[in-house]
Amino acid sequence: MNIAVCVKQIPDPAVPGELDPESHTLHRVGKLILDESDSFGVEMALQLADKAGGGDVTLISMAPNNEVSGLRTALAMGAAKAVLVSDPALAGSDALSTAKVLAQAITRAGDVDLVLTATESTDGYTGTVPNQIAQLLGWPSLTFAKHVEVEDGKLTIRRQTEAGYDVVESSLPAVVSVTAGVVEPRYPSFKGIMAAKNKPVDQCTVADLGLSSDDVGWSGARQEITNVAAAPAREAGEKVEDDGSAHERIVAFLEALKVI
Amino acid sequence: MALSKVWVYAEADGTKPHSATLELLTKARELGDTVEAVLVGGDADALAGPLGEHGATTIYALDPGEALAGVVGAAALTELVATHQPDLILFAQSYDGRDALGRLSAALDRPLVTNGTAVALDGARVSVGTAIFGGNTLVDTTFTGPGPFLAAIRPKSFTAEASGGAAAAIERVDVVDAGRAGQARVLERHVEEREGPQLEEAAVVVSGGRGLGSAEAYEPLVEGLAKLLHGASGASRAIVDAGWVPYAKQVGQTGKVVKPKLYVALGISGATQHLVGMKGSDNILAINKDSEAPIFSVADLGIVGDVHKVVPKLIEAIKAKQ
Ligand SMILES: Cc1cc2nc3c(=O)[nH]c(=O)nc-3n(C[C@H](O)[C@H](O)[C@H](O)COP(=O)(O)OP(=O)(O)OC[C@H]3O[C@@H](n4cnc5c(N)ncnc54)[C@H](O)[C@@H]3O)c2cc1C
Ligand SMILES: Nc1ncnc2c1ncn2[C@@H]1O[C@H](COP(=O)(O)O)[C@@H](O)[C@H]1O
Repeated sequence: MNIAVCVKQIPDPAVPGELDPESHTLHRVGKLILDESDSFGVEMALQLADKAGGGDVTLISMAPNNEVSGLRTALAMGAAKAVLVSDPALAGSDALSTAKVLAQAITRAGDVDLVLTATESTDGYTGTVPNQIAQLLGWPSLTFAKHVEVEDGKLTIRRQTEAGYDVVESSLPAVVSVTAGVVEPRYPSFKGIMAAKNKPVDQCTVADLGLSSDDVGWSGARQEITNVAAAPAREAGEKVEDDGSAHERIVAFLEALKVI
Repeated sequence: MALSKVWVYAEADGTKPHSATLELLTKARELGDTVEAVLVGGDADALAGPLGEHGATTIYALDPGEALAGVVGAAALTELVATHQPDLILFAQSYDGRDALGRLSAALDRPLVTNGTAVALDGARVSVGTAIFGGNTLVDTTFTGPGPFLAAIRPKSFTAEASGGAAAAIERVDVVDAGRAGQARVLERHVEEREGPQLEEAAVVVSGGRGLGSAEAYEPLVEGLAKLLHGASGASRAIVDAGWVPYAKQVGQTGKVVKPKLYVALGISGATQHLVGMKGSDNILAINKDSEAPIFSVADLGIVGDVHKVVPKLIEAIKAKQ
């Protein structure tokens, strides 16, 4: 079974974000890392391919400046190869443009039975890219999966719902978005890290994918940022060090609010 | 100037509309001359009353059967949009809402904005407000191309208010063949049990985080206090991911948004992704043993202390009062 995993390479979320004052896009400095949310998809893909008795796990990523550091992490985990789309024309791409690029990149990757994504990216969190990819490919999308199984060419997932979960079944090929915590992502071994350096990364541009640069980037987005403002801050109130009697202060607070 | 037609992608459990749907209808009344709803699943006859009361004049209703609501919904919407030409379609930032929105956007080749917390008009220009960086920065995004404009709005962004409108007219819509995409089937539905008020509706929410130390502490401390205050219990993502409590309890960016009269945070550090889900609460009480914890920057009353010491005493003191 051949599996494609969409992996986003993002600025380190531990570093406070900033908007570029000119373009109002997220400021990206330093090298990008593998979005932790996508490490679950990578692990899931490796396990599913293993269980199916073979097949390639191919990474699909769109990132600026031919960035590969996040891809190397996922290749070190065990993915076989990657398709990386990088093109100055992609700057400012919205979710739909991103999905158009990723769908084409998946097609370029060849024979794919299953596409895995995260439910939402850490930095963008639109959470619509998986469905947009599926619609563009004409495939079923099984979203918010917290359990994934493939048996005899049939895909079954547990889909998170407000009330609990649904068991959803489909034929392949299909797109599945997996929630955080579905599996425990492995740490790359030293051997894996060394091997990753020589794994093939197919670097391509918008034109290579047969897309027009008008469909993507700023012109494809068909939306503009018209205002950026600081949110009204919430004032901190009283802070009390517990000396064994803090519960009394809380009771007075709750009484004043008429909660008790 | 208002838009001529605004649609809301409505969601319901049987006869009960989701509160987010009523919130969106309320906002839609302000934005459009005509407000209509597209309902996938749910009991349209029973919902015509409440949806009408909140502003919908017509409900386009379809029964997805065993198919995924979002897939069937998007396929039907694609055809409905061509016939009725709404200017703006609002979705809730929910599981099915996001499915339908994502597919529709690709089918119509229209951009979308998600995680909206505000919608505004400037003439016929529609802008959607979102809060980024944990709610510290507000960004307005304005659509520049042709409509329909598509947006997903976070629950609790608007207050639902009935307008006293009559029951909506129901127009049944046939399920459109979604091709291979429509092949996914729901085989079983599992409902996880919950007691007490619902997280999003409770006047008091008591949440616990990793500072509880273990899964075993959740029941006596978090649920114990929530029950005494007639509230609901919630959680940070750290303890949901750790498997201590189900995902349905998660408050924050990837969980629920709550705006209770009182929010109590027990052993929660106050990461921006958590704050975005609760800092709209009227009052916030936090107990954390680290005096530098960011949760204190939003707390009306912050107790620097150990939850294992303070909370049992608090529970006893409240019991003594009652
Ligand atoms: C894309 C993305 C989405 C996210 N979405 C969410 C979300 O929806 N909701 C969410 O909550 N998080 C979310 N997070 C995770 C978030 O960043 C934090 O990791 C998480 O909120 C931390 O949970 P916590 O406060 O329970 O744990 P910690 O950050 O580990 O904090 C535990 C706190 O408990 C205190 N403590 C320890 N012992 C005691 C004691 N005995 N008594 C009192 N206090 C004690 C500590 O001082 C500390 O402040 C998201 C992260 C990302 C990247
Ligand atoms: N630039 C990208 N490259 C690869 N995968 C992506 C990219 N953007 C989004 N994805 C995938 O789509 C998921 C949802 O993204 P989003 O809709 O932006 O929240 C992500 O978690 C990734 O799995």
